[in-house]
Amino acid sequence: MKYSEEYRDGRLSRKLIDRINAVAKKEIRLMEVCGTHTVSIFRSGIRSVLPETISLLSGPGCPVCVTDQQDIDAFIALSQIDNTIITTFGDLIRVPGTRSSLQREQADGRDIRIVYSTVDALEIARKNPDKNVVFLGVGFETTTPTIAASLISARETDLENYFVYPAHKLVPPALFALMETIGVNIDGFILPGHVSVIIGTDAYLPFFEKHPVPCVVGGFEPADILLAILRLAEQIAEGAPRLENAYPRAVTAHGNARAREMTDAVFEPCDAPWRGIGTIPDSGLRIRKSYEKFDAQKHFAITVPKSAPPKGCACGDILTGKKIPPECALFKKACTPMTPVGPCMVSSEGTCAAYFKYFTQR
Amino acid sequence: MCLAIPSKIVEIENSMAIIDVEGVRRKASLLLLEDVAVGDYVIVHAGYAINKLDAAAARESLELLREAFFKAEDHP
Repeated sequence: MKYSEEYRDGRLSRKLIDRINAVAKKEIRLMEVCGTHTVSIFRSGIRSVLPETISLLSGPGCPVCVTDQQDIDAFIALSQIDNTIITTFGDLIRVPGTRSSLQREQADGRDIRIVYSTVDALEIARKNPDKNVVFLGVGFETTTPTIAASLISARETDLENYFVYPAHKLVPPALFALMETIGVNIDGFILPGHVSVIIGTDAYLPFFEKHPVPCVVGGFEPADILLAILRLAEQIAEGAPRLENAYPRAVTAHGNARAREMTDAVFEPCDAPWRGIGTIPDSGLRIRKSYEKFDAQKHFAITVPKSAPPKGCACGDILTGKKIPPECALFKKACTPMTPVGPCMVSSEGTCAAYFKYFTQR
Repeated sequence: MCLAIPSKIVEIENSMAIIDVEGVRRKASLLLLEDVAVGDYVIVHAGYAINKLDAAAARESLELLREAFFKAEDHP
């Protein structure tokens, strides 16, 4: 058992597709909330083998894509402070801000380093005691514990020059917003696999109880995704919405309690702005008072003017499933992976980047 | 963002592990997990192991699928 190859079995996938074809007789619209699902679906060619009755829409599950323009501008402003090293996951550096990007700042000589993990960011802070090292905290529930762990470790080791700019987001409040403020027309949700590893399926219960729409947690291999789609199609055909776990080898009802405790020790919920959606109550995480000396936002007192998203960019509508990328006037014209206008074209998990790379009209 | 390939723990020192991802070795922090041992498969996200894969659940769910699709061909 390798936990991956078994789920790439073409025979199993073929059977799942046959079953989906047999079940999905009427038109259904499914949303995959997670950006990694979007990419896996394209890469494995699942779109091309599904019946035409099934539409797959991407949701607000690419962390870079949902980061508010004002936060992007704040990251850029931070990078311009002398004696500062910015550490970040790679996707962020090409996102255009209002006037610059981290990549442009890097070309201008600012010290911006791509790291794979907060472990690396801590290491950079330890090796550069005379510099301020800021980690750009972007990500969902899967990533936040890794950032919390770095702050706990920084406090335990009296690291004075490590800071985090918190721009984290939470998935369940976004589901509420999709149903309530955005009013999406969705028949079922493929819920994120690795966010669910941390929060557990129970975390979706309040959402599901209020909005009983079919919900299935899915894994990332082709058979995992097909199984999630099949389970959703079955629920819809039966008219019996359920909250199901189709990724039980990794996801439990309760999730990873230790990771959540570490997150809770460092962060507390706050209202947060999402690109394309607006402010969602209690959908972000800010640093608690007990850790505030590590809070880059407070320490550097960054203020950036309010900014509008790039003109003509439909990222907001794309993140909420209202449009697909080919319906954006800029797609493949002014906006390409080489010259991205919005973040959905920048991030490898962005819906526009995935469409650019893989999509062909059927 | 969510690297989905399960990684096998081949070595543990303090709270760091050496993991094997389809033949490539790298480091992962074990700070977010309890009760992991050499030989376990974990999912690693941004340099941290975030869970241990459940062998029994994996076997059971695969069995169920294979049973539904391959052993009962005549019951579509």
